[in-house]
Amino acid sequence: MSSTDTAKPRPPKGEPPVKRRSPERPGDKIFKGLSFGAAMIILVALAGVAIFLTVEGIPGLGASGGAVAGEANFLVYAGRLVYGTLLAAVIALIVATPLSIGMALVISHYAPRRLATPLGYMIDLLAAVPSVVYGLWGILFFGRFMGDIYVWLEANLGFIPLFSGPAATGGRTILTAGLVLALMVIPIITAICREIFAQTPTLHQEAALALGATRWEMIRYAVFPYAKSGMVSATMLGLGRALGETMAVAMVLSASGTGVMTLNLITTQNPNTIAANIARSFPEATGLSVNVLIASGLVLFLITFAVNFAARAIVARSGKRLNA
Amino acid sequence: MAKSIDVSDLDIYYGDFLAVQGVNMTIRARAVTAFIGPSGCGKSTFLRSLNRMHEVIPGARVEGKVLVDGQSLYEPGVDPVAVRRQIGMVFQRPNPFPTMSIYDNVLAGNRLNSKKLKKSAADDIVEKSLKGANLWNEVKDRLGKPGMGLSGGQQQRLCIARAIAVEPQVLLMDEPCSALDPISTAAIEDLIHDLKSQYTIVIVTHNMQQAARVSDDTGFFNLKGAGQPGHLVEFNPTEKVFANPDNDSTEAYISGRFG
Repeated sequence: MSSTDTAKPRPPKGEPPVKRRSPERPGDKIFKGLSFGAAMIILVALAGVAIFLTVEGIPGLGASGGAVAGEANFLVYAGRLVYGTLLAAVIALIVATPLSIGMALVISHYAPRRLATPLGYMIDLLAAVPSVVYGLWGILFFGRFMGDIYVWLEANLGFIPLFSGPAATGGRTILTAGLVLALMVIPIITAICREIFAQTPTLHQEAALALGATRWEMIRYAVFPYAKSGMVSATMLGLGRALGETMAVAMVLSASGTGVMTLNLITTQNPNTIAANIARSFPEATGLSVNVLIASGLVLFLITFAVNFAARAIVARSGKRLNA
Repeated sequence: MAKSIDVSDLDIYYGDFLAVQGVNMTIRARAVTAFIGPSGCGKSTFLRSLNRMHEVIPGARVEGKVLVDGQSLYEPGVDPVAVRRQIGMVFQRPNPFPTMSIYDNVLAGNRLNSKKLKKSAADDIVEKSLKGANLWNEVKDRLGKPGMGLSGGQQQRLCIARAIAVEPQVLLMDEPCSALDPISTAAIEDLIHDLKSQYTIVIVTHNMQQAARVSDDTGFFNLKGAGQPGHLVEFNPTEKVFANPDNDSTEAYISGRFG
């Protein structure tokens, strides 16, 4: 090593080291400027949204009475809405995550190629359905269908607090909203998971198979460990969509004001979500009520921000462990 | 425990493409059999057909017979998973499971099929397999560390330990030293010598000196021509193949006058 060190001519002390710059070409300059500008626009837009929400929302933080739908203060108001938002999202994820991982595995590992490709397209199509359509379908078909099930649940499983009823025969409950959300989240989680599953190194899959692993054992030994961080971030992206989804929930869910904080999933008295509440209350809102709604939007913004950061932290941590 | 393998009239296809044609050979138990030949001549494909690993590739199939101690591998009722438990495999590039520790990597095969192992039995298997793979002294103080933290040669010996931990009848090795430096290669070759007393070993190699050093029998595979299937040209005791081969093309290949 020392020979290479001495071989290299060093600039004499006191003189600045010669900077070697590649000649600037106009094409490079223009493209760099364009892409840099595009990146900046994202930052500016995000900052703009954050500033708007904060400035317009701050007056709402001190509101009371009618502006906060009769609640004691903004904290109680926002807390109740956050509860409904999280409940709907959690229901959606509990249903969607295992289903999506299963579908992704079918597409990447179980189904023959002839079936897997069209199946993948079909699931991607689910993501292309507008949320208004999901909302209509939720009210007119799925909700009614679920209504009958809720009656049955109340009659037979009513001792479980989740199903204590009285059952909403129209089916416009938080559970229905959560299930519709699940359907909207499934394509997101499935698409990401199947990409990652398909990228699992053949080397590791063959290592498991050569030891005499069955298909499922191979998936547990090779695919899941490799895909773990990706599965977490897929779920978090799904959670982001479930938290923010407005139209379908606003249409399906029957709740007024800040709703009812309950774990009873099948009644007509439901919690409300932040996004649905903003969509439904905004047309009639004036003055301070508008600030209150914007402040609740700020709360939602912070929650989704936190979810994204948590997802990144988890991905970064497990990524580090995999490379260790 | 070690078993012999009889192959008769074996054709191997990828879809409609015939990759290897008409292989007949008897692989002796408790001996090392090496396959040599140019790239793409079907050595690895043939090796993988001995434990039904080639089936992992969609469309791959075989015609003909492979008998392990008289038991046909390709009877309709035979489960490929069961076959692979009896016939272990080591790959070209070391492939320990990246999220598992050294200890768990060795036990990976034993833990399949939801078999429950007592801690003491598991410890015994790990020690015995790592000793069998000449790795114990190097890793005994860090069994809980990830297997990926080892050097390439150590990883390959870890993979051998993992393969012998399930006490297979046959050990297939697909160019096990091609990603390793000469010192690690020597370590693996010593290990193959040691393992010979207990296992039937089949090794594919691009390194003819290696075949000469480690094997008892050697099979030379070649292509009949571009786009033609690979076939077994000659199968003889290693000394004969390297000193006085039956076939001219074998001699041409071994002496470097290929083609």
